[in-house]
Amino acid sequence: MAKARPLASDDPGPAIRHRLAGFATLLRHNGFAIGLAETRDALQLLGTAAGQASSSARSSLRALFCGRRSDWDRFDELFAAHWMQRGMKTVVRPRHVPKAAPALFGPDAEHDAPGSETGPADHIERLPDDDGAETIETRLPKRDQASAAEALGKKDFRHIVDADELAATHALAGRLARSMRARITRRYRSKARGKRLDLRRTIHRSIGTGGTPVRLIHRRRKPKPLRLVILLDVSGSMSVYAPVFVRFMHGVLGAFREAETFLFHTRLMHVTPALREKDAGRAVGRLSLLATGVGGGTEIGASLAAFNRFHARRVIHSRTAIMIISDGYDTGEPVRLASEMAALRRRCRRIAWLNPMIGWRDYAPEARGMKAALPFVDLFAPAHNLDSLLAIEPFLASL
Amino acid sequence: MQTATAPRDLIADQLARHGYIPDQALATALWLMDMLKRPLLLEGEAGVGKTEIGRALASLHDTKLIRLQCYEGLDQNAALYEWNYQRQLLAIKAREGAEADGVEDLIFSERYLLERPLLAAIRQVKPPVLLIDEIDRADEEFEAFLLELLSDFQVSIPELGTITATSIPRVVLTSNGTRELSDALRRRCLYHYVDFPDVDREARILAARLPGIDARLAQQIASLVNSIRKEDLRKAPGVAETLDWAAALMGVGIARLHDDPAFVHESMMCLLKTAEDKSRVTREVTDRLLGKVA
Repeated sequence: MAKARPLASDDPGPAIRHRLAGFATLLRHNGFAIGLAETRDALQLLGTAAGQASSSARSSLRALFCGRRSDWDRFDELFAAHWMQRGMKTVVRPRHVPKAAPALFGPDAEHDAPGSETGPADHIERLPDDDGAETIETRLPKRDQASAAEALGKKDFRHIVDADELAATHALAGRLARSMRARITRRYRSKARGKRLDLRRTIHRSIGTGGTPVRLIHRRRKPKPLRLVILLDVSGSMSVYAPVFVRFMHGVLGAFREAETFLFHTRLMHVTPALREKDAGRAVGRLSLLATGVGGGTEIGASLAAFNRFHARRVIHSRTAIMIISDGYDTGEPVRLASEMAALRRRCRRIAWLNPMIGWRDYAPEARGMKAALPFVDLFAPAHNLDSLLAIEPFLASL
Repeated sequence: MQTATAPRDLIADQLARHGYIPDQALATALWLMDMLKRPLLLEGEAGVGKTEIGRALASLHDTKLIRLQCYEGLDQNAALYEWNYQRQLLAIKAREGAEADGVEDLIFSERYLLERPLLAAIRQVKPPVLLIDEIDRADEEFEAFLLELLSDFQVSIPELGTITATSIPRVVLTSNGTRELSDALRRRCLYHYVDFPDVDREARILAARLPGIDARLAQQIASLVNSIRKEDLRKAPGVAETLDWAAALMGVGIARLHDDPAFVHESMMCLLKTAEDKSRVTREVTDRLLGKVA
């Protein structure tokens, strides 16, 4: 790492040192990625006359501590809160400081593990069994972990009521996302055949034959990583399924290096940043708050329009699969849904529509929205249990 | 404590003399960049003048601008070095029958090495400005490699050994945000979010780039472009588009925008780059926007 040039006076004094450390902690608690190097540089900076001038201190520290747009946008508020004791309402305070933070991003959010009182468990009700085969599985005693997991894989999300089971399902959904990614990338590599010549190695080989390249060495082109874009319906009718898929989405974000996630009900929300929280429980808890408490209908057409308009250009590239998870009950106009689906279809490689209701016996896509969307869908598959999620893997792998 | 010649004000003045009008935050970032010897990551919409900052910085320090344009599939060979295969093959042919080891040492030597931007940048005697444009287009593997280079400023070429930097370049990276960059890279860099300039700054940019422009017209143009950016457009016009448009208006001798609203509307094609946006900005919209311009 390149060292900063030594400055005239390195140490701005213990008081500033202390407050700077506090500032770095505050920023870290608000999601800034700040290491020791940045703090050290900041300290040096504040040791210089120019660095201490209040007008440039703020912009200096901003250039040093920010790493992304969201940091950039929040910095002024945090700066004012720490150095001028202003506007502390929306600032997340470190634990030992009296908190004045809203619950959504507050330190308490980490207790929102799925199944706790604020988690999504409230919304799961025991529904009458309408699928005989599955109930047999659910009555099996837990012989060992593997078979328990197997049983869990087949169990309809609607029937999972036990808090432990729910937690296990969520954990499994995350693991599923990871193993999916591992298998998909491996399969792709072994199939890849290079078309370009590796000139360097070919020439190496041809030295012995006096410059005649007897054996050509090819180079494989590195496959572009698969990008997965998930649009999850979190409307009222999906409330039983949404929490598991949110957990799955969290896993996908951790595993696929290129993934984007959105939630929609009456409007579309980009939730990738909120889900990029290492602690799964906290991330899911955070999203559950966004996802639940939504009455009203589902405007799939309008949500897709928002996606096409504001996000598609950025998040879709040539190896992108779109995964829409919804029951297809649309309160908007089917014509609109169809035209937005058509626009989406033109942009991306594949669209998979996962509908939890397909798993139900005698289900037929009768909903108007579902009918309008179907012609543009490459894969229409069930997603009512973990096994059905696993079954879409070949679809992704063939991309 | 602050004096009239605070280092960042000095940089701002100097940059302005080289045709770039920075805001205060950017001037600070550039000053820090020199002081802490860190690369500067610039993010922002296309057309806000990120690349231009690199150019202005090179001109300010009177040094070379070495630019690496990133794209999907960019690999180390294209960015760092390549061997001159034709000459290597000739050399092997010329020494047919010679000891293989000797030939190998010969053809993998400095003589047959072709510098690509990154290698060229660290082998300059006078530190150049290395502009790594649109880093978000490159793959993650490349980003990781770049991170290593930016930390150590040395590269190893398997056949040659390690090459250490002759001088440490000033590194400017730009990103349009098509892909999320790694935290590691972000942490390595200073960060500046480049926004569209406000009306005053854009008017100053016009004055700096089009020396003949009437101050009032520049103000009007900047003001109109500023309000167009607030319309619901697919592609908001960048500073380059403003400059094009101003040049067009000056070309036909317009002194005030209100003098010829019809031409103002027709010439908007300089600003609007998609058919959808063109159809959105109708004559009525133009007139409404013109109404807001003083």
